[in-house]
Amino acid sequence: MTTEQWLGLATGVLFGFLLQKGRVLRFDKQIGAMLLKDMTIFKFMLSSILVGMVGITLLRDAGIVTSGHKSMNLGAVLLGGALFGGGWAVMGFCPGTSIGAVGEGRWHAVFAIAGMVAGAALYAELYPFFKTTVLAWKDYGKIGLPETVGISPWVIIPVFWAVTILVFYWFEKKGL
Amino acid sequence: MKGKTGDGGWSPYLAGAFLGLLAIASVYATTRWLGKTSYLGASTTFVRAAGLLERAVAPDRVAKNEYFTKEKVRVDWQFMLVLGIFLGALVASATDRSLKLESVPPTWEKRFGPSVGKRASGAFLGGIVAMVGARLADGCPSGHGLSGMMQLSVSAFVALAMFFGVGVFVAALVYGRRSP
Repeated sequence: MTTEQWLGLATGVLFGFLLQKGRVLRFDKQIGAMLLKDMTIFKFMLSSILVGMVGITLLRDAGIVTSGHKSMNLGAVLLGGALFGGGWAVMGFCPGTSIGAVGEGRWHAVFAIAGMVAGAALYAELYPFFKTTVLAWKDYGKIGLPETVGISPWVIIPVFWAVTILVFYWFEKKGL
Repeated sequence: MKGKTGDGGWSPYLAGAFLGLLAIASVYATTRWLGKTSYLGASTTFVRAAGLLERAVAPDRVAKNEYFTKEKVRVDWQFMLVLGIFLGALVASATDRSLKLESVPPTWEKRFGPSVGKRASGAFLGGIVAMVGARLADGCPSGHGLSGMMQLSVSAFVALAMFFGVGVFVAALVYGRRSP
C-alpha cells in the first residue's frame, strides 16, 4: 500500500472508532433526529464542527492548508440535497455511517451500501444529462461565508459557537 | 454533562470534539505528506467502488464514461478512509460489547414489521436515491455536513438544510404515526 492509502486507512479507523463511540452509526439515531426525538447525531456533528472550524481556519490563515469549498451550484445543491434527504430518511444511514454500521454488526446496512453503489453507477450514466441541465443553471462557485458576506471568520466563529451552545443547552433541557 | 452514556458509549459532545481534532490533524497530515489538502468525506468512494465493479465486467464502458474519468476510478486516500471506518467501528464495538447483529432496526420494525426483505428493499432503494442526490450536490453529511461546515462553505449550509429539512419531512411521512 502507498503512503496515501495508509494515511487514509489510519484516519478512517479513528473516524470509525469515534462515530461508533458517539453512537451515531445507528439507524435509530439517524431516524430519531429526523423525527426530532433524539438529537445525538447533531450533538456529535456540531461538536466536531465547533472544534474543527477553529483549527482549520487557523491553519488556513497561516497558509499551511488550502480551502476545499464545494461549489455553490444552486440547482445541484438544492435538488441533490433534497434527493439525498429523502433517500436518507428511508435508508437510515448516510454514506460514511453505512459502512461503520456494518462494522458494529448492523448488517442490514449492506443493502444500503449496495443501493448507494448502484446509485453512483446510475449517476455516472446520468451525468451528461445533469451537466447540461441542473448543473448548468447557476453556479456561484467555491465560496465561503466570510468572503460572501464580507465578515471576518473570527467574528462568525464566536457567533456560531454561542448559538450552538444555546442549542445544546436547549437539547439537554428538552431531553432530546 | 455526562462523559459516558448508559451503554458504555461516550458522550456525543466528547466523541464529536475528538472528531474535530481528527479533522484538523487530517487536513494537516494530507497537506504535509500527500502534498494536497484533503478534507474528510465519503460519498465519492461509492463512485470509485461502482467504477471498479463495473470495470470488471465492462472496462470499455467505464473508460468512456465522462464522470468516472472525472472522479478517477482508483483506490485513493478517501477509499481507504471509508474502509477504515468499518475497522474502527468494529474495534470500538467489539471492545465495549456494543457489537450486535441486527437485521431490522427497532424504529423500522415498529412501522413495517420484522420482514428483512422489506428492510432490504427500503435500504437499497433509499440508497440509490440518496447517492444520486449526494453526487449531484457533490457531498454527503461528511463532505458538506462536517468538512464544509468547518470551513464555513456557503454550499455546506444550503446542503445541510436541504438534507435535514427534506429528511424530517420524509421521515414524518414514512415513520410517523398515522392518525386513525
